[in-house]
Formats: sequence, C-alpha cells, structure tokens
Amino acid sequence: MAVSGALLASSLLLFSTCARTASTSELRGGVFDPPRLAPDFSLKSSNGSDVKLSRYRGKVVALAFGYTHCPSVCPTTLAFLAEVRRKLGAGGTDFQVVYVTVDPERDSAERLNAFLTHFDPTFIGGTGTPEQLAKVRKDYGITVSDKIFVETLPKSEYFLDHSSFIFLIDRSGQVRDMMPYGVSADDMEHDVKVLLAK
Amino acid sequence: MTTIKHRIRYAVLLLSVLVALGVPAWAAFAPIDTDSPELVLEIPTGTFARRQAGEKFDLIPAEIRLTMGVKDVLVMQNHDDVPHLFGPVLIMPKQTFRLPFRKASTYLFTCPLHTSGLLTIVVDPEPERGWARLRWRTAAAVQATAWL
Repeated sequence: MAVSGALLASSLLLFSTCARTASTSELRGGVFDPPRLAPDFSLKSSNGSDVKLSRYRGKVVALAFGYTHCPSVCPTTLAFLAEVRRKLGAGGTDFQVVYVTVDPERDSAERLNAFLTHFDPTFIGGTGTPEQLAKVRKDYGITVSDKIFVETLPKSEYFLDHSSFIFLIDRSGQVRDMMPYGVSADDMEHDVKVLLAK
Repeated sequence: MTTIKHRIRYAVLLLSVLVALGVPAWAAFAPIDTDSPELVLEIPTGTFARRQAGEKFDLIPAEIRLTMGVKDVLVMQNHDDVPHLFGPVLIMPKQTFRLPFRKASTYLFTCPLHTSGLLTIVVDPEPERGWARLRWRTAAAVQATAWL
C-alpha cells in the first residue's frame, strides 16, 4: 500500500512538471496570436469633437478603460501611461493614449478632459451614451460591475469595479498586446517600442 | 518457509521506508526541470453550444498556480467557433493568448468561464531547495490531482 501510494505520488509529481509548447514572442505583455483588427468606435471626445479609433492608424495606441472618480487604479494607470510616454521621448509623438470611460453618468467630456490633462495633455478621452459604451466594452471584453455604494458616502458617490488592462494597438490597427495592471513602465515602454519599430 | 516470509516482509518494509524517505528528499532537493515555461489552457470546440444548452461546468480550475522561473506563462487557446472571454480578455475563435507573468503575486480575473465568475492566478516565487521546493511540488501534485 505504501509502495503504491509512493508511486502514485511520484507519478503526480512527474505529471505536474509536464509542459506543453507554444509560440514565443518578443513582446512582454499578453500577446494575441493571430492579432485581430481592433473594433472601431466613435465616441464623444474629451476635447469636444469625436474620437474615432481608426483615426489613429499609423500610431501605436494604448487603449484603457476607467472613470474619473476612481480612487486608485485609474489614476495609477494614467500616471503610468504618462511615465511611459515621457520615457519614449521623441517616439512618444507616435504613441496615443485613448481612455474610454465606464461611467458615462458622471464623466462628461469636460470632466474627462480636466482629468486626463492633469496626467498628459495629449491623452484623449471618450464618452457617450451607456449603450454606445456598452458596445465598446463588449467588443473588447471589458467588464464593469454595478455601482458599489459605501454607507459613509452620499448616494451620488459610488465606485465601479472594472477591467484594468491596457490594450496596445499597432500602427495598422491590430490589437497586439494586453498589459495587465501592475506591469512595469520599462516593460510597457519595451512593448511600445517594439510596435513602433514595425 | 517462515524465514522466507519474514525476509519478504523485511524487504517490503525496507523498500517502503526507502520510498517514504526518498520521494520527499527528491521533491525537496532535486532541480525543477521543465521543458516549457507555459501552462496551456484550452477552450474546446462546442463549449458555447454546451453552455447554450444550459450545461453548467467549470472549464478550468477556479485557481491556477504558476511559479516564477518554472512555469510562469499562461497560454489560452480558443478552439471553439465563437469568441470567449478569458478574464477580461476576449479571445477570438482559433486565436491564442499568451500572458507571461514577471512578478510573483496573486492576480484576480473576472472570468465568465466559471460559475463563480472569478479566476485566481497565484504566481509563486521560484521555490528554493528544501521545504519551499517540497511544498511547491506537493501543491503542484495536488493541483494535478484536481485536474485528473
């Protein structure tokens, strides 16, 4: 009994170290293979006009989702993106951040503009009707929770849990990379440079 | 006859002791060999149809453990005919998504593949020789058992 138990344990240990192969990549983020064309959208822009994703073909686009009342993840993400853009130096002119709100109820174009400008005046925000934004989220697989209320805050104040990934879209409009929240600016800069070089 | 039986018992006992001591010793000190850093998860063909038919099932474990320096890349392959969400990542039919982890931590993903709606990915630090490596191998064995 002891012998068979030990053999089973050994088999399981060996099984647990088995691995399978797949393609490698020069990118450090999450890579889509094959890449797909980024679903296009047209939303009300934070600068007062319209923001259409396909307008940025020829640039590398960082597409992120969030909201201006977010207490931690969104400001951190935007500060992170601003840092990446600064690190890119002259190459930063071909790097465009597009930030789509998940909270159309409170995020007007004006509010988005003030929020984004605080981090980097080149960042573009997008807002729209709840239906428009739901369509964009569905196209990119972005999830957002129902409103989360806190007893100590007024009813007008609420929080939202949402996907905090950043998508990198290459110059030809393909979704190439997904950077999870918490990656380093060096890794992000590396991947943006790889895509800018193509 | 009695002597032979005693010898057989003694041999079995000795072998059991050797295995009982040898396996943990091996697990604690042997180098961890892996021919690939990737853990591959697959969405089989027909997954969407099964869900549409009302079938409830967890396609992958609610918790996945990875280990820095050993197996720290998660690969998701969609073999189904429709797009699927993996965490917040939408994967097209026949598309592969490869996510390397560069830091030991616990990552939480919303994941409609689970009836719980959550997927936890625990990325452990690279296990050092001794207790850490023994614990890691034991946890890996338990996870493998869960998948059997």
